[in-house]
Amino acid sequence: MKVAVLKGGRSLERGVSLRSGARVEDALERLGHEVLPIDVGPDLVKRLVGEQPDLAFVAMHGVGGEDGTVQELLEILGIPFTGPSAAACARCMDKVQAKDAIEDAGLPTPHWFAFNQTAFREFGAADALGRLEETLGFPLVVKPSRGGSSLGVRFARSAGEVPQALVSAFSYDDRVLLERFVDGRELAVSILGDEPLPVVEAILLEGDRYDFEARYEIGRTRFDVPADLTAEEHRAVTEAALGTYRALGCTGFARIDLILGEDGPWLLEANAIPGLTDTSLLPQAAEAAGLSFEQLVERILDLALEPAAA
Amino acid sequence: MAEVPEPTHRRRSHAGTRDLERYAGLFAERTGVMRSSAMRDLMAITARPEVISLAGGLPDTSTFPPQSFAAQMTRIAQESAAKALQYGPTEGFEETKDCILEVMGAEGMLPDPDDIIVTTGGQQAIDLVCKTLIDPGDVVICEAPTYPGAIPTLCSYQADVVQVECDEDGMQVEVLEQLLADLRAEGRRPKFIYSVPSFQNPAGVTMSLERRRRLVELARAQELLVVEDNPYGLLRYGGEPMPPLYQLDGGDFVIYLGTFSKILSPGIRLGWAVAPPPVMEKIVLGKQAADLCTSTLTQYFVREYFAERRWQRYVDDLVEIYRRRRDTMLESLRDNFPAEATWTEPEGGLFIWATLPDYIDTSDLLAKALRADVAFVPGQAAYVDGRGSHSMRLNFSGVNEDEIREGVRRIGKVIAEQVELYGALTGEQPLPEPRQETAPNVLPFRKAGEAG
Repeated sequence: MKVAVLKGGRSLERGVSLRSGARVEDALERLGHEVLPIDVGPDLVKRLVGEQPDLAFVAMHGVGGEDGTVQELLEILGIPFTGPSAAACARCMDKVQAKDAIEDAGLPTPHWFAFNQTAFREFGAADALGRLEETLGFPLVVKPSRGGSSLGVRFARSAGEVPQALVSAFSYDDRVLLERFVDGRELAVSILGDEPLPVVEAILLEGDRYDFEARYEIGRTRFDVPADLTAEEHRAVTEAALGTYRALGCTGFARIDLILGEDGPWLLEANAIPGLTDTSLLPQAAEAAGLSFEQLVERILDLALEPAAA
Repeated sequence: MAEVPEPTHRRRSHAGTRDLERYAGLFAERTGVMRSSAMRDLMAITARPEVISLAGGLPDTSTFPPQSFAAQMTRIAQESAAKALQYGPTEGFEETKDCILEVMGAEGMLPDPDDIIVTTGGQQAIDLVCKTLIDPGDVVICEAPTYPGAIPTLCSYQADVVQVECDEDGMQVEVLEQLLADLRAEGRRPKFIYSVPSFQNPAGVTMSLERRRRLVELARAQELLVVEDNPYGLLRYGGEPMPPLYQLDGGDFVIYLGTFSKILSPGIRLGWAVAPPPVMEKIVLGKQAADLCTSTLTQYFVREYFAERRWQRYVDDLVEIYRRRRDTMLESLRDNFPAEATWTEPEGGLFIWATLPDYIDTSDLLAKALRADVAFVPGQAAYVDGRGSHSMRLNFSGVNEDEIREGVRRIGKVIAEQVELYGALTGEQPLPEPRQETAPNVLPFRKAGEAG
């Protein structure tokens, strides 16, 4: 099969995407496929039309590749592709949309308020901050609505820290959300097809727990797979994750991030195209389920070609 | 001719995370402090062709005459092909050292050629000094901010890096004195003090003569080594030449690092270190273990180039070009940066250090700037402890004047948006008027925790 691997692009997560793509290309080659690596740029459509791949493996992260843009093009060109549909990607990428969908499905997600820049620049939304800070309490989390990794995510421990956190978050998107902070265990549930894979727990080893950067550095965070959960916890967590996956209309695969608090799971967000590098969580979870990276890639290809996935 | 299959660019296959863990069990402890970060990923994007990058530390190699390059390489091929393709001495060729003596002589230094080792760029000189002197946990003192490229080297030798604040006169030697006293009280003795005294990277500041004298005195009195990194000394665009620490000290307690990167080419990877004989002996052994010798071919290239006796004229040309670029950048900063911003006005070198209001984090700003196709180095890269997050390093040597104007304009625009937004969030009135008069040479360094 001729498989185009779409990677890179202009997103801020270009670096991770190139690593994901390279690893996927390796696996595809070992699986005996014809590989067409494409660093996504202005010639994307021309190349896809010229090369006529049987399938596109989307190994892009962040804006452009994970938000439905590339998926929409592939849908128009009639090329089957891996991962969720354009519409599902768009919902996952936008945390505000995702949280709306999660809440509509009756699933728990931390209370939040969303603003766009215009609200602050033109409508004096700053005057409403005090009231919502009262509702959410401190610390609260400020996040760009669309953005990957930890980029622009800040904790504010007091009212005084909120404006600066907002300026940071607005560096990545025109819409940001302020979210209630939920204390608990940080879990990631990767879903392949319709099957939840073993749950991954991120345990911060050193440093400030409010420093999001630390979470993505090898050596500062430990990842336990499978997470040490009771049967009851495991059921609650995987059900919540699957519910989210379905509520967002995901197909193929996705990774759902959540907090397991005293009172159960709280859903944070869904990643439509989680990282596929050698330190990423989805491949780790697959491996814990007994799937090698090649088997994982093969399964992802199969799912993309299933008629139901289209 | 038979068709050769196209080589694949991909690395060899390797398996899953279990393998990674297997490797991880083999990693040396020092790799634990070699960190990658989201910011480094951001920097990967600066390589896009449409991005005006003020992030690099690049000299402008386009000014080097290609005919001259061709003639030199031809002469080497015709006259010394066999030798130029052979290994050379670990210390470097005597002829290369003669060129080094000329360059150092231009700044008033006259070292013994036996005290010199030719290295693979100035960066290897830093690495070899660390390799020779640092045991895990040893204190090394450097400037705050310091050369971002020195940090990974110091960290990989597991040094305990302590940074001493700079002001417009370079490292605050009085603060250093107090630090040394405090360390002594704890029974700790720094292995060396790393400084870029002239046109510092990243701050652009130059250590005053008084502080230079005091630093050398301190080193002498306390028998401490100072590592003087001087890549830019000859790139002076204004003010009076300043004696290098090496010259003031005579070479007893100062290890001197130099490079051809900024006066000729970084691509030839030629630098050097000058050290007292007992230290040099160890450095040579370290160099032998690292790469046996520095590229013979590029040493021949430098020899041929210096034989043309035009190197000083080329440096003079660079000085003219870079002076104009510095002036352009300063003027663009005045026109485009907000009134609350401050920046240094370097008398030479390649960099300006700008500091923004406290509520702007320059790593986040970089994400915004990259969308506007412009890049800089966020200040945090120059600190070991997360400080510097309101500052940025701007390079003015690697791009032309039009690009400098456009690049600074784009950065100014994204800053203005942040300033305006912060104003809207806090009800504080931003100061929208760009400064009209010449900015005073204020140094914007702030101590950790100090309010803006």
